[in-house]
Amino acid sequence: MDKTRKKRAPSGSPAGLEKCPTGIPGLDQITNGGLPKGRTTLICGSSGSGKTLFGMEFLVKGGIENGEPGVFMAFEERADELAGNVASLGIDLQALINGKQMIIDHVHIDRSEMEETGEYDLEALFIRLGYAIDSIGAKRVVLDTLEVLFGALTNTNILRAELRRLFQWLKDKGVTSIVTGERGERQLTRHGLEEYVSDCVILLDQRVANQIATRRLRIVKYRGSAHGSNEYPFLLDEQGVTVTPVTGISQQYAVSRDFVSTGVASLDDMLGGKGCYRGSSLLVSGTAGTGKSSIAAHFVDAACRRGERCIYFAFEESPEQIMRNMRSIGINLQPWRKKGLLDLQAMRPTSYGLEKLLAIIERTVEQFQPHMVVFDPISSLELASSFEEARTALMRLVDFLKSRQITALFNSLTGSGDPAEQSEVGISSLIDTWLLLRNMEQSGERTRLLYILKSRGMAHSNHVREFFLTDHGVDLMDVYMGPNGILTGTARAVQEMRDSAAVLSRDQKAKQARLMIDHKRKAMEARIAELKAEFEIELREMETLIAEEEGSAKSLLTGRAKAGRQGKGALGKARQRGKR
Amino acid sequence: MTPTDKPAAPGRRGGVKDGQSAEWELRLYVAGQTPRSITALDNLKRICEEHLAGRYRVEVIDLLEHPQLSRDDEIFALPTLVRKLPEPMRKIIGDLSDTEKVLVGLQLRPGS
Repeated sequence: MDKTRKKRAPSGSPAGLEKCPTGIPGLDQITNGGLPKGRTTLICGSSGSGKTLFGMEFLVKGGIENGEPGVFMAFEERADELAGNVASLGIDLQALINGKQMIIDHVHIDRSEMEETGEYDLEALFIRLGYAIDSIGAKRVVLDTLEVLFGALTNTNILRAELRRLFQWLKDKGVTSIVTGERGERQLTRHGLEEYVSDCVILLDQRVANQIATRRLRIVKYRGSAHGSNEYPFLLDEQGVTVTPVTGISQQYAVSRDFVSTGVASLDDMLGGKGCYRGSSLLVSGTAGTGKSSIAAHFVDAACRRGERCIYFAFEESPEQIMRNMRSIGINLQPWRKKGLLDLQAMRPTSYGLEKLLAIIERTVEQFQPHMVVFDPISSLELASSFEEARTALMRLVDFLKSRQITALFNSLTGSGDPAEQSEVGISSLIDTWLLLRNMEQSGERTRLLYILKSRGMAHSNHVREFFLTDHGVDLMDVYMGPNGILTGTARAVQEMRDSAAVLSRDQKAKQARLMIDHKRKAMEARIAELKAEFEIELREMETLIAEEEGSAKSLLTGRAKAGRQGKGALGKARQRGKR
Repeated sequence: MTPTDKPAAPGRRGGVKDGQSAEWELRLYVAGQTPRSITALDNLKRICEEHLAGRYRVEVIDLLEHPQLSRDDEIFALPTLVRKLPEPMRKIIGDLSDTEKVLVGLQLRPGS
């Protein structure tokens, strides 16, 4: 960055062109440091566009607060009027005047008590201004507005020559000055003051569209310096002037590899286990009552638990209402608010207009320095403008937050009729993680579904989850996925019961079969036992028989042998043959 | 111009003597002795002698010497002639070369 700036320096800002900071947030950024030092800048705009306040901020916040005294030469308002006007900005003019840090010189010109005869010059004005500058050592001068002179003096030839001399004189004095000029019809100022101011010209504008006024600023000319050439919206309120150079933001920003939890463990699981990337942008879209704000509350709660700072921009509900509603799901945001970690900002986009709303958002973010920001819902932005403008604004918002590594959660309310994916086409490409909440109507009840439509740079779940709001927050559950599609809610419970009943009856059949087998086996074993017993009985009978038979045969033989010994009968010979 | 006519502020000259009150009190603001301031003073003297002889007092104020006085009478152009008296205050800007206009400015003639 430094290198490129050095390289560009010769063409961007020639050596010697010093800048003088204005003290107006944002303006120094688009002018690369402020107004040309020691030169005159013309600020022109229609009445009420904020010229005087620009000048006053330049003197007080840019100059006096940095030790540079200033002179305010007022042609229109008196010192006490000016003091009253800027008191609301927290500027105590009288104290600055008493402290010799500032001189307010009101030049009262009354046409009715004057007459012109012959030649004259404005030397008295020079003397007056020079005296004021010298008496406090002023470094800055505001002339508001010189054009009053055109109304007072008839000899414009003299006047123009004198103005030319005045600007040269201011330059020679070495003071950095602002002159204001009323916006003209065909030229920047009514009397062509821009002719004399060659260094820097800033145009203030206020346009009304749809009954909403938006202030814008443009640097018409800045000799010898690079500057932002767009129209920049600016705020003019109790905090003074704030310019928001949002369109100057580029896509060059560092990205984080850190994860932050969404606060819903089951959602973290769906997003690859750890949540979303720090500094990424999340979109939660869904129809009314799908639980977008509840998810947002979880995000905020989780962030505050980590000790991080959050801003919750509520475009539809009041802070109290949000806190009450979130307490019903068990999230208490009050302690975080008390600790100063959470800033709940309720605002209606329709009452500001888009540019102003953006400017306020950016200023709030710059001042609070949050880690995460919630917008609930961004669809309200469309109400404040057209679809196209809302898209551009969101793009800037996303870039702005990403450049500061702020995790952003955008809730978006989609119409019940149109498919959510279509209505979000405008911004989906800017978003890193997109959660879609959907109501499903089935068998007489509505259930909530959550999908992850996309999540850049992480392995995320493709499944649909059923989304519950319980008294302890959001919970996710797997939906029933059967042959007839997905089932949720009561239908899922019924289906699960039906399934378990079927399982039960199948179990019983198996048990029966098993019993049968048992029974059969037992029957078989009983028969085997019976057969064995029978066999045993028969076996014993047979053995008895055998024993008996053998016993009778022996006794017969012995009887024979006795007889043989007595007669040496044929039987004994036969027995001897048998032995061989 | 004689040395006594040299514009010095606050310098008093006129048709009445010091200490006496004048019906007409005039102040001429100038910045140094430029040809224009000398012309203005000459013109003023001539007109006063012609129309206000004995009734006027002129004070010449050189803003180079007294810059802070420019705020008192809301002076931004030079030379400027201020009619302090009679009231109301009138201012005539320029070298007073147009006598008719000066007389109108001093309300010695009705304006056109």
